[in-house]
Amino acid sequence: MSANINHSLPLEYQTEQNRLNILGFWVFLGAEIVLFATLFAVYGVLGHRYAGGPTPSDIFKLNDVLIETLLLLTSSFTCGLAVFFMRQRNMKQLLVWFIITLLLGAGFLFMEIREFIHYVHEGATMQTSAFLSSFFVLLGTHGAHVTFGIIWAIMLIIQLLQRGLTPVTARKMFIISLYWHFLDVVWIFIFTFVYLKGMVG
Amino acid sequence: MEHKSKYPVSHVVGFLFSLVLTFVAVFVALKMNVSYTIVMWIIGSLAVLQAGLQLFMFMHVTEGEDGKTNVINMAYAAFVAIVIVAGSIWVLTSGHAAH
Repeated sequence: MSANINHSLPLEYQTEQNRLNILGFWVFLGAEIVLFATLFAVYGVLGHRYAGGPTPSDIFKLNDVLIETLLLLTSSFTCGLAVFFMRQRNMKQLLVWFIITLLLGAGFLFMEIREFIHYVHEGATMQTSAFLSSFFVLLGTHGAHVTFGIIWAIMLIIQLLQRGLTPVTARKMFIISLYWHFLDVVWIFIFTFVYLKGMVG
Repeated sequence: MEHKSKYPVSHVVGFLFSLVLTFVAVFVALKMNVSYTIVMWIIGSLAVLQAGLQLFMFMHVTEGEDGKTNVINMAYAAFVAIVIVAGSIWVLTSGHAAH
């Protein structure tokens, strides 16, 4: 199939195999949306059962949450820039923006882990209440996705350096960009329906 | 496909809009003096708007020969997500309270 190359399209869409892989990844993202929806549903049901423990407004800190949000939002933007430059066959800019994306993602993870450690020190652990159990499961699943994305990205950078821009590496880069943007989309809903909701009133 | 422009205009615009939407949501949630229900409806709508922005301006959901399929797939996933979240909360809170 890879013999059938359509040069009028961007690299990542040039072969049938690439187009199918990208379509397949969109289907996977559809399933990921449903996975996160179930976790949001659990949080929506159990989110105000505090069992005498801390409430959201006791533990959430707006500044830390805003920094996390801005880090992830900016990393989603720089990841878009990486793909933009990939389509101009600009390998140097692609790598620069992709590595910035990774650093911002790592910054997000650092802030999130620091936040969790802080909560645990305040006595707000997974075992404390239904609110905190569902909170840590939802946020932890998202954080695990970010962690996996960073490992995946490092491996892809190594491959980009070894093989250069080919239809195959371009497709891999495009697919990880979809994944990364998706993680930001999930965070928008966590930011709104967990943090802001918890801090209202 | 993507415009052959030299600068990533749509990305920059999308990023700026996302920033604005984020800060408007914070303002509405924490500074505006309206009821909890109204706040949730406003910030919920802002979140959906921002997710759409990511989907169309960063992820280019409509592009390629499978663009239409992707849009249908995402719309269906969103529908299932709403059913799961709203349905679970409805059944397990108000349904439970009635007994």
